Amino acid sequence: MIDKTADTLAEALGPVADGATVLIGGFGTAGIPTALIDGLIAQGARELTVVNNNAGNGETGLAALLKAGRVRKIICSFPRQADSQVFDALYRAGRIELELVPQGNLAERLRAAGAGIGAFFTPTGYGTALALAPDGTPKETRIINGRGHVLEQPIHGDIALVKAERGDRWGNLTYRMAARNFGPVMATAARHTVATVHELVELGGLDPEAIVTPGIFVSRLVCIPRETHA
Amino acid sequence: MNAPTCTPRSKDEMARRVAADIPDGAYVNLGIGMPTLVANHIPAGRDVILHSENGILGMGPAPAAGLEDMDLINAGKQPVTLRPGGAFFHHADSFAMMRGGHLDICVLGAFQVSARGDLANWSTGEAGAIPAVGGAMDLATGARQTWVMMDLLTKQGQSKLVAQCSYPLTGIACVKRIYGDLATLDCTPEGLRLVDVVPGLTPDTLAALIGLPLLPPARA
Repeated sequence: MIDKTADTLAEALGPVADGATVLIGGFGTAGIPTALIDGLIAQGARELTVVNNNAGNGETGLAALLKAGRVRKIICSFPRQADSQVFDALYRAGRIELELVPQGNLAERLRAAGAGIGAFFTPTGYGTALALAPDGTPKETRIINGRGHVLEQPIHGDIALVKAERGDRWGNLTYRMAARNFGPVMATAARHTVATVHELVELGGLDPEAIVTPGIFVSRLVCIPRETHA
Repeated sequence: MNAPTCTPRSKDEMARRVAADIPDGAYVNLGIGMPTLVANHIPAGRDVILHSENGILGMGPAPAAGLEDMDLINAGKQPVTLRPGGAFFHHADSFAMMRGGHLDICVLGAFQVSARGDLANWSTGEAGAIPAVGGAMDLATGARQTWVMMDLLTKQGQSKLVAQCSYPLTGIACVKRIYGDLATLDCTPEGLRLVDVVPGLTPDTLAALIGLPLLPPARA
């Protein structure tokens, strides 16, 4: 019998190695898997590479992981925000590496990883400072149908942390409004995908026409009722 | 040089000018900042579908106080609403809508725009500044038309319309039209073409203010 539900965050996360690449869903605070991040902080892995759209808000969630000194590098599109003070201080102190990626390239690099694509040419970023690899060398480019394109590489995660809304023991997931954002894409792109749901339902309880993330992409899920963790 | 006899368009007047050019049925992404004002000025009876990069089509205005839902926010992370018929989707689909040329128009702010339409709006390149790009490059490159909404001069009086951008580029030759406080201009391979100018400002004075030659308005 397939039962991907876990009773605790620690059980769901399993071992996370130092130096792992962690895909973390969310856009700002919408869809940020705060409970799983807290579990990761408790688990203790260090020298992490984190992929998220942003670089933490306020002092909780991703910001708390940064503040705990667990993150060596962040790959994101929009680190600087009104409440990104934790990241800002680490960055200015030279204590965190930043790979800035246009948001659509970030999404597509994750999609490519999940879909088994080796790399892809995209017009986004062509001719800009973001068409450079992290080591500063120019990325490969090609003119396709008269238009400049940049070769972008997939981003594979060792683990993905996703906040969903409802799920079943096969790992099928639905999301809530714009909290969906990166969740479904990241779920496909990691070797081990862990989701929290606010409600666990019986098999058949989710409308199969409305399942957003089919359970094949999900390794473990934990139910966290909305009352105790918004 | 000052232009004492003309009154620049206010932010709302600029937003109204932009909104007047958005056709019925258009799919539109409004950038963070001044462009979000455009939503308030869509003429009645025109069905314009707003896209938000974080996975919303059919985005509606801000909710009434007390009805905010932080799972329903815009690109600027402010609470919004969903119109009947609206839809949610994940990030790869959201940016496929941009990159794939499905969005009719995006309206962005800018630090600089070159006469041929190069856009700089994500970084001033200052030492110590933390860069952030978000979806700007995807929008500028992917939307069928990229419009810029900005004051034409900096607070120090320097022209934001330039022969060549000195700030880091967002996209090359991607801007089609600039809606400014003093004038509306098209970017063309031959240079800037005047579309309209506020009363009291002559094309020659405008050209002197921005330091660039202007092609005369196209014949209607």
